[in-house]
Amino acid sequence: MKDLVTIENLSRDFANTKALNDVSLAIKPGSYTVLLGPSGSGKTTLLSILGGFLQPSSGRVLINGADCTNVPPAKRPTATVFQDYALFPHMTVENNVGFGLRMRGVDSATRTARAEEMLTLVGLAQSAGKKPHQLSGGQRQRVALARALIVEPAVLLLDEPLGALDLKLRRQMQDELKAIQKRVGTAFIHVTHDQEEAMALADHVVVMNNGEIEDEGTPEKVYAQPASRFSATFMGESTIINNHAIRPEHITIVKSKGRLGSATVADIVYQGSYKRVLAKSDATQFIIRMPAETTLTVGETVQLDCASNHMIKLLR
Amino acid sequence: MMLRLTSSIYAALIYGFIFLPVFVLVLFSFQASLFPIPPFNGPSLRWYAAVLADKRLVAGLGNSILLALSTSALATVLGFLSAWGFARFQLPKSGLMRGLITAPLTISYLIIGMGLLVFFNWIGIPKSLIAVGIGHVVINMPLCFAIIYSQMGDHQANIERAARDLGAPEWKVLSLITAPLLWPAIFASFFLSMTFSWDEFVISFLLTRFDTTLPVEIWNLLRAGLNPKTNAVGSLVFGVSILMAILFEVFAFRKRPA
Repeated sequence: MKDLVTIENLSRDFANTKALNDVSLAIKPGSYTVLLGPSGSGKTTLLSILGGFLQPSSGRVLINGADCTNVPPAKRPTATVFQDYALFPHMTVENNVGFGLRMRGVDSATRTARAEEMLTLVGLAQSAGKKPHQLSGGQRQRVALARALIVEPAVLLLDEPLGALDLKLRRQMQDELKAIQKRVGTAFIHVTHDQEEAMALADHVVVMNNGEIEDEGTPEKVYAQPASRFSATFMGESTIINNHAIRPEHITIVKSKGRLGSATVADIVYQGSYKRVLAKSDATQFIIRMPAETTLTVGETVQLDCASNHMIKLLR
Repeated sequence: MMLRLTSSIYAALIYGFIFLPVFVLVLFSFQASLFPIPPFNGPSLRWYAAVLADKRLVAGLGNSILLALSTSALATVLGFLSAWGFARFQLPKSGLMRGLITAPLTISYLIIGMGLLVFFNWIGIPKSLIAVGIGHVVINMPLCFAIIYSQMGDHQANIERAARDLGAPEWKVLSLITAPLLWPAIFASFFLSMTFSWDEFVISFLLTRFDTTLPVEIWNLLRAGLNPKTNAVGSLVFGVSILMAILFEVFAFRKRPA
């Protein structure tokens, strides 16, 4: 399949830091891409460049094969869902959603009909006449989504769209976002620092750190075969030992001496369906996932083992 | 108890000090006899009728209203545009330029009026209402700028960005998003400009000859000595100022939805 967005060697310098350092990336049509990284990793800078709000210091952005690097936001085939939603507080929900069509000179009857369609898509058909301040956080989020989708962008950019919501609502909105994306078929590029969110939503995860791409691929691939030490510890937890990463569920406690040697249990955290156990040896801190019924106690010395095929060799 | 009594007396004195002159002015505007001095023998509206029958005062009133409306509108538009420029663009020497644009606030009207008089004389603009109008824009634009600039935050910048992202050209961003979001500040600066233009004497006095504003006409009237007609016209001026001050308060301090 031909790429929808091609990012070629993008760099962006701020004062004396490199916010982005020679980043290249390809986005497939209809895909859900998540840019995952800690703050300062360059993920938001990359999204701002894609949206046209920031100019790269060097490199190119192609959308549908056309060079968009210097095209202003108003003229590019992208639409953005902002972190704080940036709804127009003085307009009704319907006028917020219809704004993009109004700017394209669409007549008011068509606008109303299309806005209703979009509001139905996001489950807010009843709120068309309300003002943004009368809505809850989750509802504002949906209005922002409808407002961006109505202009039928080639790519929808979402800047930490769930960041302002509480955990329960965030998990619920995740499912809805994914469902809406599948229904409209638009390519979504979503920025987050929440790895659970990334795993739940993405077809394509891009792990970023220090302005560079550390790792990318399907969530399964990035989890099972992380390319770097950073990726292994940021997208899910890992024990790092001799340039290998081991996922917590792959470490087992055995009676006699195992492949990983012995360690002392330092902490046990109850997580509901399982217990997260921290154990220390002289050189290593192990993170182990144990069944909730485990009878381990802090201070106990345990023998640890892992199947050799679960020791992931890290390239970086 | 003692303390409460003293503070009440103190408050009464302070408010008396501020409002007694205005109260006396308004009271004797309703005087029935020829002199605005005790004893009060009204109320009567004869001096208000005399004001409205005075062609020069009525013409001055009209000029003042016209001037207040047009110069405030212009000052507000210019102040809004410069506030937007300073808030949204990276300008060279932005701090210094911002200081310069607000500097006229600290200069006395007398100096500004004299400066304009000399300058207009030099480039050949005659004394006129237009010259005064320019003067009023000069004194009010910095004020409008300061009020509107103080209300322009980053949150609005993001909302403007969203409008641009949805295809809005810059003038539509300004007219459909920025200005409506700043309505309270825009109205407040408009009404505050109105009060200042309405009351302004020195610049009007220096820059007009025949057609002039109400404060200058009142001054002309005062030269002929005190009579209840001056009280009546003063009360009218005061009434309008109060009205505009109330409008300013309403718009400047109105609670906005989050």
